Amino acid sequence: MTFTPNRPRTVRLTIDEDAYALVADETVPEVQFSPTESLQEPTTSPQVAAATPAPAKERRSGSFHTRGSRRRYWIILSVLLALAVLFSAGLLAYGNPMEFGTDGFWLIAERRANSVFVMLLVAVAQAMSTVAFQTVTHNRIITPSIMGFEALYRAVQTTTVYLFGLGGLIAFSGIGAFGLQTAVMVGLSLALFGWLLSGKYANLQIMLLVGIIIGGGLSSVSSFMQRLLTPSEFDVLAARTFGSVNNADPSYFPLAVPIVLVAGGLLWLRSRELNTIALGREACTNLGVNHKRNVVIVLILASSLIAVSTALVGPMTFLGFLVATLAYQLADTYDHRYVFPMAILVGYVVLTGAYFVMNHVFYAQGVVSIVIELVGGSVFLFVILRKGRL
Amino acid sequence: MITLTAVKKSYSDEVAIGPIDLEIPQGGITALVGPNGAGKSTMLTMVGRLLGMDQGAIEVAGMDVASTKSRDLAKVLSILRQENHFITRLTVRQLVGFGRFPYCQGRLTAADEEIISRYIDFLDLGDLEDRYLDQLSGGQRQRAYVAMVLCQDTEYVLLDEPLNNLDIAHSVRMMRHLKRAADELGRTIIIVLHDINFAAAYSDYICAVKNGRIARFGSPHEIMRDDVLSEIFNTEITVVETPGRRPVAVYF
Repeated sequence: MTFTPNRPRTVRLTIDEDAYALVADETVPEVQFSPTESLQEPTTSPQVAAATPAPAKERRSGSFHTRGSRRRYWIILSVLLALAVLFSAGLLAYGNPMEFGTDGFWLIAERRANSVFVMLLVAVAQAMSTVAFQTVTHNRIITPSIMGFEALYRAVQTTTVYLFGLGGLIAFSGIGAFGLQTAVMVGLSLALFGWLLSGKYANLQIMLLVGIIIGGGLSSVSSFMQRLLTPSEFDVLAARTFGSVNNADPSYFPLAVPIVLVAGGLLWLRSRELNTIALGREACTNLGVNHKRNVVIVLILASSLIAVSTALVGPMTFLGFLVATLAYQLADTYDHRYVFPMAILVGYVVLTGAYFVMNHVFYAQGVVSIVIELVGGSVFLFVILRKGRL
Repeated sequence: MITLTAVKKSYSDEVAIGPIDLEIPQGGITALVGPNGAGKSTMLTMVGRLLGMDQGAIEVAGMDVASTKSRDLAKVLSILRQENHFITRLTVRQLVGFGRFPYCQGRLTAADEEIISRYIDFLDLGDLEDRYLDQLSGGQRQRAYVAMVLCQDTEYVLLDEPLNNLDIAHSVRMMRHLKRAADELGRTIIIVLHDINFAAAYSDYICAVKNGRIARFGSPHEIMRDDVLSEIFNTEITVVETPGRRPVAVYF
């Protein structure tokens, strides 16, 4: 057995175990300890032995484990890009009743382009905010929706119908209403972060808990008011409170696009800091990164993104979570610079794919969130069960 | 030199740490020992600016810990806590590479790569550098964490119970690595230890903490005495002189 020749060395090591001898005798070779190490962990010794005769290997750190995983990342990204182009083209051109190239064709394509553009905005907002939110909260099974954004959206919509009737709800649209809803949602999250992260009991977990409780309270208030609505009012309201790109109006773009671009861009620029934040508060502080400041900034950016997405299309609870988890699996790196693009593309492909299938295969518009949750959930379960880790 | 001046931290009326006045000299290994709940780790985390203090001031190499920019401090002082839980999956080399963050802000240069390789080799992790942390044994993982803080190239290295959960062989190995880091690389290492014998064998100074205050500070020979140890640990302890070695405390 391989153990026998090592035995005497272990014994010698224990005899040599002398601090003074070590201090006085600098010549004690460290190499001497390596056999003991492999003796301590017999399970690792075969690999260690196999890895030893490869001295010419280039020693570089990278965002990826091996060259192979780097190549795999770019291949997956290209495939997703191709799928994204395919689905976008399909959404724009497939089933267009007019002849290709005519004015009518372009008119219809242009109208459809608005929805596709909304999907892009939502994909960027949901993907980036969820990835960043999961990193700062140190939790991979969470979405920013937990902070009560969607409950707040539902509550605002329900209250409008409840107080002002259907006319009020229809009047409550356009860029003003959009801006107001976004502002209220960001305001709520800022109040929550500011209050809970600055006090003596500053604690992210407590903040999340308070967010969940506020969300739960708002949901109950909405459900109560919905009980008192007439069926026709409820019908119109239900269409609004189901996440759908058809809720979005191109007139929202002047406000939505800059917010998504700026917040997304700032998150992207913070990728390297996010990498250290993922190590936890203490390791992050040790590396000279101001943990609290970075967490607050990232939370503000993430909540702006999620607020825009929710005000634009309504609740999409599962999308962000699904997209972030799939992106981690597909990207297989810790580096946010690579996780972000992957997450955005996954989100875009999921959204466009779901809409394409719904519009042109099942002819069932408006129930896309159901498809995303069903198909996405299954894919998610499959990936997790196959890989065995988040 | 690390200087603590009238440092206080209170959790409640009964539980408080300090006031602590202490000077930890430059160079060598200083071991913090004492009973559970004495405030060793709290003291260490306050020096490492992971925990704020209520009163007093701490200076590391002339820099005030509370007011110096965290990024500047990260080039002078590094700290490793006991519990390290990452949500991301990292290889040993990626983890050690994070130690260069204060210098390159995540953009590793060729010089950084060289330093990373040097510290990976210093802790005998060369063969394991492409392994994920979750594929390592506890002892190997602990060495990877230590490699990360050494890679930060700071004059002062604070370690919070790095021997926790390590068996005898790994503990000895770890202490030898640290001794070498102190002797060959000229680092000042402050380490929280539970085993008084490890402290006696490897450290240059021992700082005994009890009830939130400094009970004793001195060389191992000054601390390794029956009466001193028995009082610090509230246990009957006999110190046995061993020929050619440092004294050993026997407590059972």
